[in-house]
Amino acid sequence: MRLSSRPVLIGLPYLWLLLLFLVPFGIVLKISLSDVAIAIPPYVPVLDPSEGWAGITGFLSQLDFENYVWLTQDDLYWKAYLSSVRIAAISTALTLLVGFPLAYAMARAPEQWRPSLLMLVILPFWTSFLIRVYAWIGILSNEGFLNQALMGIGLIDAPLTILNTNAAVYIGIVYTYLPFMVLPIYATLEKMDGSLLEAAEDLGCTRLQAFWAVTVPLSRPGVIAGCFLVFIPALGEFVIPSLLGGSDTLMIGKVLWEEFFSNRDWPVASAVAIVLLLILVVPIVLFQRNQERSA
Amino acid sequence: MRRLSAFNVVSLTFGFAFLYIPMLILVVYSFNASRLVTVWGGFSTRWYGELVRNEAFLEAAWVTLKVGLISSTIATVLGTMAAIAMVRGGRFMGRTLFSGMIYAPLVMPEVITGLSLLLLFISIGLERGVMTIVLAHATFSMCYVSVVVSSRLASFDVSLEEAARDLGCTGWDAFRSVTLPIIAPAVVSGWLLAFTLSLDDLVIASFTAGPAATTLPIRIFSSVRLGVSPEINALSTIIIALVATGVIAASLTTKRAILRRQAEERAAA
Repeated sequence: MRLSSRPVLIGLPYLWLLLLFLVPFGIVLKISLSDVAIAIPPYVPVLDPSEGWAGITGFLSQLDFENYVWLTQDDLYWKAYLSSVRIAAISTALTLLVGFPLAYAMARAPEQWRPSLLMLVILPFWTSFLIRVYAWIGILSNEGFLNQALMGIGLIDAPLTILNTNAAVYIGIVYTYLPFMVLPIYATLEKMDGSLLEAAEDLGCTRLQAFWAVTVPLSRPGVIAGCFLVFIPALGEFVIPSLLGGSDTLMIGKVLWEEFFSNRDWPVASAVAIVLLLILVVPIVLFQRNQERSA
Repeated sequence: MRRLSAFNVVSLTFGFAFLYIPMLILVVYSFNASRLVTVWGGFSTRWYGELVRNEAFLEAAWVTLKVGLISSTIATVLGTMAAIAMVRGGRFMGRTLFSGMIYAPLVMPEVITGLSLLLLFISIGLERGVMTIVLAHATFSMCYVSVVVSSRLASFDVSLEEAARDLGCTGWDAFRSVTLPIIAPAVVSGWLLAFTLSLDDLVIASFTAGPAATTLPIRIFSSVRLGVSPEINALSTIIIALVATGVIAASLTTKRAILRRQAEERAAA
């Protein structure tokens, strides 16, 4: 585009993102190398430009990796990272288990139903995330609807403890991220040529064999995309573990929050954030590769 | 058309029951007369009354609305500009960094975005309040807007714009009379997405709000931490109703627009 306004067009959003995305990120990096202090702001050193060059070198010499060493020494942190990865992975697998049959059935539904079904999947996504998580508190608590129902039909005698356990976190993640799994799988299944299945059956496959030989490989890009779209945000999740999880549910988003708001240890909170990002780089790069290959 | 197999019918029923029953329970129990949230005590609209009289919630709702309207408008303008720069901007210095900065916030955990913006606001001495939440929300939602708009921009024919310029339009005229109408639906859905993201956000707002301003999600979160309450059920019902109406209305409007375009195309052919 040869608009005369081209410099503004590129420059304004560029500058905005530099100032409000890249610079803040640099600040986190810098504070993660600082030491905690009882002061305002609660860390040292603080760069004082009025001291000139000596101030800058003095400032740089005070930065160290102490907080990162601390993260490896206190087992709370690496346990929290491991536990976040485990919770995110288990929830992703469960979401796939619930999401695949739903996406499959939607793609097999009569064509005139599909737009409405699609909207029914998207609608919850527009509804407040917080409210959807909150809804499960009333269902999963000891005197909640699930326990009432199970005791009502005589399946259990005493209420199950689900709320404030990891199980509740899994349910919460599956529930809130289900649309992210269903939509990409539906997109690949919908494009699939139905005659391929018929061909497989004509060649002697049973229904189930045809499903494994044709449908599953063809839906792979959608399945992989869906898994990443659930796994990546689940890893840094804060709201679900803090509302549905228990005190022993360790997730790194929650640890970061508490480090910052309760302990007021900004340098350690910043170091936790940097390490979380480094862990996230792996799935993000893999996801990008997958998207490029399937495009 | 093959009929749906029993397995598929079960999958659909189970899937949609799972998605909708929790919300249905919220809605039904918001009309519960009892304060005990899991015991039905008869029909009542009492909690809606309490909600309307709750100053703290009204105040927070107003802040949320203000933040949502301002931040989504800024995000739409900046995001659309960024999308045009990416798709039509050609080569420019630091293009890779630019596209990285547009995509990174989409996958960045909210706790990190919130933390980093808070540290920025503190280090430049900006007092936290409505303004800082607006800045934070505009920043992450402009990236969503940019993705939505650029996918639309990438799919339309550049030669239309070139034709307009050949016919004597200046660059700006060609943009206004050709490009803008074509990308308008994407810009509108980008704005809606930005607005919803802003209304919904708890984590980033908690970091950037400070004691001076409280948004509705912050208020809901602090009350929900103490357990289920019927006022929150009533509030949730209102939000669910508003969202459902909005989404259904939006999809009907787009559907009608598509039908009208098809009719026009048939008439022209």
